[in-house]
Amino acid sequence: MAATGNPAPGGDHALQFRQLVLPHLDGAYNLARYLMRDPTLAEDVVQDAVLRAYRAFDQFRGGSPRAWLFMIVRNCASTALSGQRGSLALVVHESSLDEESVRQLNEHPDGAANPEDSAIQADEALLVRSAIEAIPEPFREAVVLRDLEDLSYAEIAEVTGVPIGTVMSRLARGRAMLAKELLPAARHAEQTRSAK
Amino acid sequence: MTKACADQELLLGGLVDGELDAANTAMTEAHVLRCEGCREELERLHAVRSLIRGEGVRHQAPQALRSRISALPELNLKPANQNRVAGWLGPGLAGALAASLAIAVLPNGSQSVVEQQLVSSHVRSLQPGHLTDVQTTNQHIVKPWFNGRIDFAPPVPELASVGYPLAGGRLDSIDGKTVAAIVYHRRLHVVNLYVWPGDKGAARSFQKDGFAIEEWSRGGLRYSAVSDIPVADLKNFQKQFIAAAG
Repeated sequence: MAATGNPAPGGDHALQFRQLVLPHLDGAYNLARYLMRDPTLAEDVVQDAVLRAYRAFDQFRGGSPRAWLFMIVRNCASTALSGQRGSLALVVHESSLDEESVRQLNEHPDGAANPEDSAIQADEALLVRSAIEAIPEPFREAVVLRDLEDLSYAEIAEVTGVPIGTVMSRLARGRAMLAKELLPAARHAEQTRSAK
Repeated sequence: MTKACADQELLLGGLVDGELDAANTAMTEAHVLRCEGCREELERLHAVRSLIRGEGVRHQAPQALRSRISALPELNLKPANQNRVAGWLGPGLAGALAASLAIAVLPNGSQSVVEQQLVSSHVRSLQPGHLTDVQTTNQHIVKPWFNGRIDFAPPVPELASVGYPLAGGRLDSIDGKTVAAIVYHRRLHVVNLYVWPGDKGAARSFQKDGFAIEEWSRGGLRYSAVSDIPVADLKNFQKQFIAAAG
């Protein structure tokens, strides 16, 4: 049932690729962006992944083209990251989850923030973005694949190459970290305000 | 704050994601009713989830990247192929053969990919948690939800009185375009109605992989309804939708 979307043998290769794989460019970029945490590197990873996917398109055996593309994006990202592991360790350290560093990240609001009411929404989105970027792998990718890309547990398991049980526990931990970062802030503020 | 039960943590996540089977769903829901800690944890999970899914959190591919990738020489063999077909077949072979090949390779190829994508998308939407991004029976919630997510406004009539209650909506991707998927129910079945700008193509009705598909154009939008309900039922859905959407 899941094995729909097989590329027809001998069909127009490039055309089929464009139609099956390119619709997922936003998702691929979003994933790469959260894996790399850098817009330029993310673009490189996506372009690299699309090329690799195109060359390997013969081996695509149906199923979800999106999950397949994400798997390749993830491989390209990990290659790119391992090439610069030195600088990366400075940024992503499990202990760098402390509130201080996240607060610092959050204190760089977009200079061009919209002054209208969408500013609050934009600020909130920025806050959420940096909170997601601050959680370590593999929890970050689980959350991104599930909550932003809407992949099923089975698809996440396929993309990340781990059993579904592992996907579930990674998601639980990732979300717990995000809850700690994002939810208590509002509650604390309220509590301090009402205590005064 | 009461603590959630450690053994329920994964189940709560599964519940929020709609990934539990019926038995576990019932069990976890019953536990949440009894346990305050888990109830709070469930609320937190929902709160975090809606924050993450808020607008502006997901990144979109920059236009420059999109154009760069579309311009990659590897992905642009289409014009070359057309030339090759013309070059090979034009001079020597019978025109009829050339014509039938062209039809088989070019327009049909792309059309059947779209058909395949419609069916795949429909099948995918039936997996737990995939059917709707905005889940409501209220048309006044579904319609504004699409605003800002897509640059056209699909009509979202309520059809419960004629047997097709509105279930919600989501965004989907067909043929490289972001399309609106409006979800209706027919008894226990699901009708996915895909809508995108474009009024190319006449109305048609066909079946693919056992699913019925009705397509039509109206008011500058192309509609494609996919479901596993009988063809006559889907035709009736189409009639009712057009009548209600005006």
